[in-house]
Amino acid sequence: MAAQETTIFSRPVALRETVTHYCPGCTHGVIHRLVAEALDDLGLRQRTVGVAPVGCSVLAYNYFNCDFLEAPHGRAPALATGYKRSRPEMIVFTYQGDGDLASIGMSEIVHAANRGEKFTTIFVNNAIYGMTGGQMAPTTLSGQVTTTCPAGRDVAQTGYPIRVSELLSALVTPNYIERVAVHTPPHIIRAKRAIRKAFEYQVAGRCFSMVEVVSTCPTNWGMTPTDATKWLEDSMLKFYPLGCYSTPDREVD
Amino acid sequence: MKGNEAIAEAAIRAGAHSYFCYPITPQTEVAEYMSKRMPEAGGVFLQAESEVAVGNMLFGAASTGKRVFTSSSSPGISLMQEAISYMAGAQLPCVILNVMRGGPGLGGILPAQSDYLQATKGGGHGDYRVLVVAPSSVQEAVDLTMLCFHLADKYRNPVMIIADGMIGQMMEPVEFPEKYEEPPLPPKDWAATGAKGRDPLIVKSLYLDPYSLEDNSVILHRKYQQMIKEEPRFELYKVKPGNRILIVSYGTMARICQTVIDELEAEGISVGLFRPITVFPYPEEALRKEALKKNIESILTVEMSMGQMLEDVQRVIARAKPIRFFGRTGGIVPTPDEVKDQIKNMIRSESAGKKRRKKG
Repeated sequence: MAAQETTIFSRPVALRETVTHYCPGCTHGVIHRLVAEALDDLGLRQRTVGVAPVGCSVLAYNYFNCDFLEAPHGRAPALATGYKRSRPEMIVFTYQGDGDLASIGMSEIVHAANRGEKFTTIFVNNAIYGMTGGQMAPTTLSGQVTTTCPAGRDVAQTGYPIRVSELLSALVTPNYIERVAVHTPPHIIRAKRAIRKAFEYQVAGRCFSMVEVVSTCPTNWGMTPTDATKWLEDSMLKFYPLGCYSTPDREVD
Repeated sequence: MKGNEAIAEAAIRAGAHSYFCYPITPQTEVAEYMSKRMPEAGGVFLQAESEVAVGNMLFGAASTGKRVFTSSSSPGISLMQEAISYMAGAQLPCVILNVMRGGPGLGGILPAQSDYLQATKGGGHGDYRVLVVAPSSVQEAVDLTMLCFHLADKYRNPVMIIADGMIGQMMEPVEFPEKYEEPPLPPKDWAATGAKGRDPLIVKSLYLDPYSLEDNSVILHRKYQQMIKEEPRFELYKVKPGNRILIVSYGTMARICQTVIDELEAEGISVGLFRPITVFPYPEEALRKEALKKNIESILTVEMSMGQMLEDVQRVIARAKPIRFFGRTGGIVPTPDEVKDQIKNMIRSESAGKKRRKKG
């Protein structure tokens, strides 16, 4: 009897066959895949438009197999608002880093969330500006060394890191906010569930949804990928606790 | 109808589907009118958190292929320059109304024409242009607004209407066409409508490879060359063979110059007006033709600024004829008497000059 072949793992249809430009140990690749899997699972790819940020994932449109807009720095939520309001039948998501979303684009994300815009934001927080080579971000941890705080972030001068999920879940407007990580398989499974749920809320026309993914940047943290994973676990997750911060029914699980 | 409201209605009748705004004097009536009318017309009205967001909402909405519109005034338009540059780079159509007020900075709220250079010479970063029209009456503002939506789609480029508080606040009778008709346009196959039955489509202004970026700039440049060839619009007023002076003026200021010309005519002095309607593309050839006529001894440029369009007039006429300038700014609108005095002084000094030359 001939051996039966069963495919148990393949590239999601919503991802294109592209050679990665991300650094070894970077988690963007995993997050891209999880978004693509959610689009595949929910059958949304052909009616989805992504909005790329400025930062390492500026070229996100080279990986996703759906229409894309490339936004000015921080403005992805404004583009997504304009798009979704004009074509509410479409599925819209922004993919943004912490410099893009929490610094230059803070106004756009807060107001889009507060208006309850029916799009999804994937927020990748690695506590540093990656593309420009490792400068301090609003999310950089206290004491963390970057090229613009070589002695470590001094919170007396620059303030404390901004916890975006906590900030947006404080809005009165209903939303879905969850913080996840992708550094171990169990975390990846939970992250996938959250991303899928974020898109489901959008499909249902319920609310603004955002999944914050606590991520690594071995290159700019100056660590090996393994050490970066350990630092994420020991330092990042202490300041950025994982979990669901808000659902439109305000039942935090 | 009030100018601001007439422009808003014209935009709806030309098929504007999405309108985004942020309140700013002296054009807030456009936003207020749109907040009522857009939902009736089945379109989108949204008040944004800033003009930076407005510009970027236009970008997002224009990517759908639907017609998009905003209105603002000088400081707000400065904040939109980021998105205007990105939209020009990504070849997205949109129509932007600038009801100009005095600047720089917060300036004032009274009518001015001091954003001419910002509108016609760039405004944002990069190698790009915006097609700019300047109406001088409420009816013309209506007609041009409707035309702008067509031109924005034709060239896949931002188009700007520069008016001022006078046009915005002026009440005049207006007529709207029974049915809005325009020449056919190519299908919007550039719009991001979902990768169904085709490859994914990217709306972007990013080209990291310098050769691709240069190629994109060349494509844009060709469109601007086509605009220069096909779109210049202007109007002549009382241009006669016996005139010795030609006034060049646009928008509200040109209207005041028409009063000046009528009053001088009654005094036996004949002066003509060249009024650009498009200021980018500037009606260069037409102005050169009028200015270089033998009977024209000198040109007078009149603006509500310290002399901005003057630079285009100088560029077009060069040293062929003497060019004089008169302007008030900061929200002060020159009176017909002030302009008349300028013209009479020009006539006096030129005939004195002639006498001197004869004696010599």
